[in-house]
Amino acid sequence: MILDIENGIVELAFGSGGRASAALIEQVFVRHFKAVGLNELNDFASISVIGERVIFASDSHVISPLFFQGGDIGSLAVNGTVNDVAMSGGRVHALSVNVIIEEGLSLRDLDRVAESMAIAAMKAGINIVTGDTKVVERGAVDGLYISTSGIGSVNTSVDLKPSNIQYGDKILVNGSIGDHGASIFATRNQLQTELRSDCCALNKMIEGLMSLGLGIRCMRDPTRGGLASALNEIATQSQKRFLLNQASIPIKPEVNAIAGISGIDALNLANEGKVLVFCDSNDADAALDYMKSKEEGKDAQIIGEVCAQSETSFAGVEISNVFGGRRILEWPWSDPLPRIC
Amino acid sequence: MSQSIVGSAFKDPLRFKTLLSAIEREAEPDREYRFMEFCGGHTHTLFEYGIPELLPRNIHLVHGPGCPVCILPIGRVDQAVFLAQQNDCVLCTYGDVMRVPGTNGVSLSKATSLGAQVQYVMSPNEIIGLAKASPEKRFVFFAVGFETTTPPTAMLLKQAKAENLNNILVHCNHVVSPPAVKAVLTDSNQTKNAPALDGLIAPGHVSLITGTDCFEEIARDYQLPIVITGFEPLDLLQSLLMLLRQCKHSQNRCENQYQRAVRAQGNLIAQQLIRDTFELREHFEWRGFGELPASGLKLAPLYRSFDAEAVFNLDIESGPENRACECPSVLRGVLSPPDCKLFGRACTPSTPLGACMVSSEGACAAYYQYQRLSS
Repeated sequence: MILDIENGIVELAFGSGGRASAALIEQVFVRHFKAVGLNELNDFASISVIGERVIFASDSHVISPLFFQGGDIGSLAVNGTVNDVAMSGGRVHALSVNVIIEEGLSLRDLDRVAESMAIAAMKAGINIVTGDTKVVERGAVDGLYISTSGIGSVNTSVDLKPSNIQYGDKILVNGSIGDHGASIFATRNQLQTELRSDCCALNKMIEGLMSLGLGIRCMRDPTRGGLASALNEIATQSQKRFLLNQASIPIKPEVNAIAGISGIDALNLANEGKVLVFCDSNDADAALDYMKSKEEGKDAQIIGEVCAQSETSFAGVEISNVFGGRRILEWPWSDPLPRIC
Repeated sequence: MSQSIVGSAFKDPLRFKTLLSAIEREAEPDREYRFMEFCGGHTHTLFEYGIPELLPRNIHLVHGPGCPVCILPIGRVDQAVFLAQQNDCVLCTYGDVMRVPGTNGVSLSKATSLGAQVQYVMSPNEIIGLAKASPEKRFVFFAVGFETTTPPTAMLLKQAKAENLNNILVHCNHVVSPPAVKAVLTDSNQTKNAPALDGLIAPGHVSLITGTDCFEEIARDYQLPIVITGFEPLDLLQSLLMLLRQCKHSQNRCENQYQRAVRAQGNLIAQQLIRDTFELREHFEWRGFGELPASGLKLAPLYRSFDAEAVFNLDIESGPENRACECPSVLRGVLSPPDCKLFGRACTPSTPLGACMVSSEGACAAYYQYQRLSS
């Protein structure tokens, strides 16, 4: 059975476990994923990790629309989980991919997504080694959901976590904030913009950064809820207070414009190719220089610091503006809702 | 990158410092100043830039009722929830409204989780497309806001009528600013608990629509310095300086700081649109103020078939407000948010009990952030 990728649609039978399923897996997923390690169609994959701690992460992707400027649900699903594993400071080895497809999705769209996943995996230098496909009736999901899990490993001497953070540490980010959230907002609201999602894998830059032997304490990718959520989360976990300098936070003019139109604070907008690095202040310049030397980090900045113990009356995040005024950077309650006027 | 903010003339740090120094010079050290910013947009800018803590200690900013979701009475929220629960209805509204608690804490957001149909829109214009795409459903626009958001609702009504889109309805909660300003000022002159106001930062975008007449009249009638003000941080500082100067010379004028946008006659096209589609209600309930005469709009008779209040029986019994909630006094500028027993304890931006904690333009939400900072 040869699928008509150009004009066909996904039918319920394609998820039934019969020959139709096999055709879908072979002609869409294996066709693209064999270049990134998917050879044996077992229900499992084996990976050897010797003398290191295993890192395991999992993430689901339900984005709408499936295709957006700078990426699609496929590249997002690969890069998102690669980055989650990479935040451990270790190496990423392989991913599993589970897709839940709404019947009626065009095979062409599914094929584009699978191809995009293969390309993303190749760029990140990782394999897609196992997975599963389900097809559900119309309306049960919105087009396509993808869940990915990632395996990596890290030297037993490395243990990045919020409790490592010390008073006086510097906080770095590898580039402009809010690009992903703002570009999705623009796509949904038909705003014309050159802005693209920052969706990319950070594992190579992070491997390089870790190899320098600097005092890296903790890393986190500020995805949903943006910089504000990620920093508040870490502040609570580490029981520290962070002070950011607004002027040093890189934000593109287009993102600021969209933030202005929508009433959403750019610092609450999602990122998909950004990492926050907490670093010993003595090593911060070296870490910054290294990040700036890489494409994924060319706009990196030191955006703030961990306040001294004497200034830590509460765990949280403060931001100082160009006028010397300060405000609390709130932990957003939910997806940001726009103001009225 | 971020230079686009820093470089903007209205956010220039040097000019900011110059204005701040001028304010420090102009404020007489032996007196206290109480200035009210009416509009929630101003409240938001003030707190976003940390301006209150940079001002001389004797300048107190009192936050006014100009936040559209803060002044929504509980009964109107209940009506919105009721409409959203009707089988063939989709309630369309601005995002901020979603989390305002109605009776028993049921907000539109909570009702949605229980099956009600709510769609949030950036502009009422989107409803035209929605209504055409799903003719079997009725789309009810829950219209809130002051003079600024009224013209877009008027445009929706005009287009719905012109295209005969009978599945579009409007539940009108639009209010007009001057009666609320007058109620606050009457209050502040009569209440012994709170000293009288020394000046008013008047809303720039409302004035852009209405023109300056109504605020000139208020300055005259209430003998109060008023400055119509823009929404950038430098606008607010300049406006405070203008108010201080009026105080110094005992003037009670309405000045226009926001000259780059506001003309004396206002936006005549928008005014005509509003006249064509709406008429004044005899009175309308404001949270915190109760019924204020001639303060709200309803659909003009010509648009009766689009009026959700005419089409549905909205006689719903609403529960009481949380008795400990001081939103009413906060909205009138009589109490400051931390004076409320619930503030920062039971009521926080994550768990709002009162409307003023919901919107980022609400005084309680803004204060919550500021308060934690200074503690």
